[in-house]
Amino acid sequence: MSRHDFGNEGNMRVDRRTFIKGCTMAAAALGLSETMVPKLVAAATSAQRPPVVWLHFQECTGCTESLLRASHPDIGRLILDIISLDYHETVMAAAGHQAEQVLQETISKYDGKFICVVEGGIPTKDGGIYCKIGGRTAVDILAEVAPKAAAVIAIGTCASFGGIQAAKPNPTGAVGVRDLVKNTPIINIPGCPPNPISFLGTVLHYLTFKRLPRTDQLGRPLFAYGREIHDQCERRAHFDEGRFVEQFGDEAHRQGFCLYKVGCKGPGTFSNCPAVRFNGVGAWPVGVGHGCIGCTEPEFWDTMTPFYERLPGVTIPGGGKGIVTGATSVGMKILGVTAAAVGIHAAVGIGKRVVKCKKCNNTPDEQE
Amino acid sequence: MAQRIVVDPITRIEGHLRIDAEINNGFINKAWSSGQMWRGIEVILQGRDPRDAWLFTQRICGVCTTVHALASVRCVENALGLEIPINAQYIRNLVLSLHALHDHIVHFYILSALDWVDVISALSANINKTVQLAESLSNWPGNSAKRFKAVQEKVQSLVDSGQLGPFANGYWGHPAMILPPEANLMAVSHYLESLDYQRKADMALAIIAGKDPHLQNMSVGGVTTAINMDNENTLNMERLYWIKQLIGEVRGFIQQVYLPDVIAIGALYKDWLQYGAGVTNYLAVPDMVLDTKSDSFDLPGGTIMGGDLGTVKPFKSFKDPYFRDNVVECIARSWYDGDWTRSPYKEDTIPKYTDFQDNGKYSWIKAPRFQGQPMQVGPLAQVLIGYAQGHALTKKYVDDVLARISSLAKVKVGPAVLQSTPGRHVARAIRAAMLADLSLKHWDLLVDNIGKGDLEIFNKPTFPKGEQLGFGFHEAPRGALSHWIVIQDGVIKNYQCVVPSTWNAGPRDDKDKPGPYEAALVGNPVAEPEKPLEVLRTVHSFDPCIACAVHMLNPQGRELVKVKAL
Repeated sequence: MSRHDFGNEGNMRVDRRTFIKGCTMAAAALGLSETMVPKLVAAATSAQRPPVVWLHFQECTGCTESLLRASHPDIGRLILDIISLDYHETVMAAAGHQAEQVLQETISKYDGKFICVVEGGIPTKDGGIYCKIGGRTAVDILAEVAPKAAAVIAIGTCASFGGIQAAKPNPTGAVGVRDLVKNTPIINIPGCPPNPISFLGTVLHYLTFKRLPRTDQLGRPLFAYGREIHDQCERRAHFDEGRFVEQFGDEAHRQGFCLYKVGCKGPGTFSNCPAVRFNGVGAWPVGVGHGCIGCTEPEFWDTMTPFYERLPGVTIPGGGKGIVTGATSVGMKILGVTAAAVGIHAAVGIGKRVVKCKKCNNTPDEQE
Repeated sequence: MAQRIVVDPITRIEGHLRIDAEINNGFINKAWSSGQMWRGIEVILQGRDPRDAWLFTQRICGVCTTVHALASVRCVENALGLEIPINAQYIRNLVLSLHALHDHIVHFYILSALDWVDVISALSANINKTVQLAESLSNWPGNSAKRFKAVQEKVQSLVDSGQLGPFANGYWGHPAMILPPEANLMAVSHYLESLDYQRKADMALAIIAGKDPHLQNMSVGGVTTAINMDNENTLNMERLYWIKQLIGEVRGFIQQVYLPDVIAIGALYKDWLQYGAGVTNYLAVPDMVLDTKSDSFDLPGGTIMGGDLGTVKPFKSFKDPYFRDNVVECIARSWYDGDWTRSPYKEDTIPKYTDFQDNGKYSWIKAPRFQGQPMQVGPLAQVLIGYAQGHALTKKYVDDVLARISSLAKVKVGPAVLQSTPGRHVARAIRAAMLADLSLKHWDLLVDNIGKGDLEIFNKPTFPKGEQLGFGFHEAPRGALSHWIVIQDGVIKNYQCVVPSTWNAGPRDDKDKPGPYEAALVGNPVAEPEKPLEVLRTVHSFDPCIACAVHMLNPQGRELVKVKAL
């Protein structure tokens, strides 16, 4: 079993085969060709591990926790073999002034070379007094550390856009990193928390190519946030053909129908959730019968709530009843694995008019 | 001459915490605990849909992810008098236990083991002696010479690289580190293995909950995890069996690694069994619900006063007035306007910053009290309360673990030693072992019920006009959590959380009674005030979570002295 094999490189965490598999998956997630895999492997095992300073501000540590769940690379490999995690309040052995000493040493020794990861929003109201570490405000710490970093990765919706504390009435004046830091490359990895693969893919991309991956206008890498959840969802065919869950636990819910009417925010949310899924078990929120809450979008705590009401401005094909021809044409636009699945569903539905299923005892395709 | 030390930040916890301690002749004689962050989530909740509250409150903490979701849906259901289907109860119970298994493993190995384990000392361990030691404690297959050698080489390569990463500037070589090199090497090896097993518990959780952290299968009225054995998009036998297999793997790690390691540390650090008791009033709430009305449980709750197990008094249901009518919060020593002590239903929190006053207000954390008394919450409270009530599963593990500590330490110890700094770790490991067993039991209960044809998961909530009050509790990994809601015409009028780390990390009250952290630090030895490892040991033993403790207001900060030992 690979976890207890030490492999042929003296690598304690995973054997080489498992590791290369991980890099191959990361390459795929990044949209890179397989020829790039050796480069990723080399980048991830270079002699001098790039130093990382991880700053925690107004946050819940959920983003860090998500990394504990990552599988490729896993957390042990990440912090012991790939990067040098020199400052991170949640895992570091040192505390108090010993911890602050490590921070100061790292940012001066590796000036212009270290990666700064920010987790959490930054409160700006009243001089930034709502979050202090070692006696200094988050604003001050960020202002000292970020300009010396080679790049800043804002992990999570809080560091990207302000997050939950920025929800109305935003009592602390919380903002994201991009609102405060200029002149240092910044990339946003939003999500509450984001899928660790989106963060790790960004790190590996940066280590390999010495630059950040391409982003959308919100600073999110295209490999992870380039497409709408609704377009990649395995339940999309049900939406197009008008098969909706009306209430959790109803027969339509047990058939895996579309969750739009019980509040799914998949239309209007950009993320790779349906493609890469979570925790290495093929799971994601829509997969367990709950709507998407739109957590990768700015201000989603205000714009996507109430969570159990329908997102306005979404048109159900066929005047709300769903149409098969519409389903097919939408399906044609979608690429990849999901497209194949949608296509099959659409084909099965051809010629059968399906109305919304409030309480059906049979599979909806049998309802003429 | 008394010295004052300030440790800020306390690391390897969730959130931003400062601890001040006054040291006299090598021992702490007074301590203060103070939180450092405000996000205002309860304020943000006002005026919103009560069905959405759990998604907001879950973001109070990503370490205690799931717990604020559970307490939140329960408080709304309590306000509405809404029962939930038994499948939903079992699924929530699995959420509870799977999250706790992950959390307890992470807490012991990643967040606190380095207070007791000297990583650098592992370099001088003899491999064969390490194997002998490990094999004397358990049959874990990972305890091989090959692995221990690889771990030792890994630590050596870290040291040689000059990049110690998270191990930089730790308290290596500190006089309070007394484990032999072989025990240190074994523990470092288990530290690294624990990373794999904590993840397996989360994998199982994600199968039923969609993702983790911040699960997404909860709902006021039940869960959203649709059950259908004949559909690929629902909880079916493939998904269920994977959960069971993962529970089995995690249970093996707990039985053969976590529990033996904690027993060994308890025995090898037996001198510490006299330190860190602090507040010996205990409070735990019942959980692992067995019926739709939430009147029967697999984990007992209740109170113990003054460390006397004979005083145990149970909480009997989710509606028990013994809990509802006795929980209050006091702000006399916290940075809020006034000095009142009130039920969470009636709190109206107006911040008032006064700077750090040793004898006045000094913390953003409030002081929860039960019948006027500070209470210690957490696995120790739960284990003692279960033991005092003769709860069979608790008794089985407590008696077994105490016998093994006695044997290793060569001194007979009873349940009293659990009331200590290492005792909190022992109790947490016992709780993990119990929850691993209960995970399998509740998996069986769920599958048996599905087998009878019951697929119900949700009862729709309806919100009447007028005002409803509700409280919901949950025994979280860090202890008793309760959410309190006031609903007016279908929207949230007031929302308060009384959180485990608030109970434990809270300041003094209007009668000058210190909170559990503060009380537990008194009497602890401090060998080197400039390297206050012992402070970390006791504070970490509670498993602090400051994001949870200070979810409320913090509108004015204070100028902290630069982190230093005075």
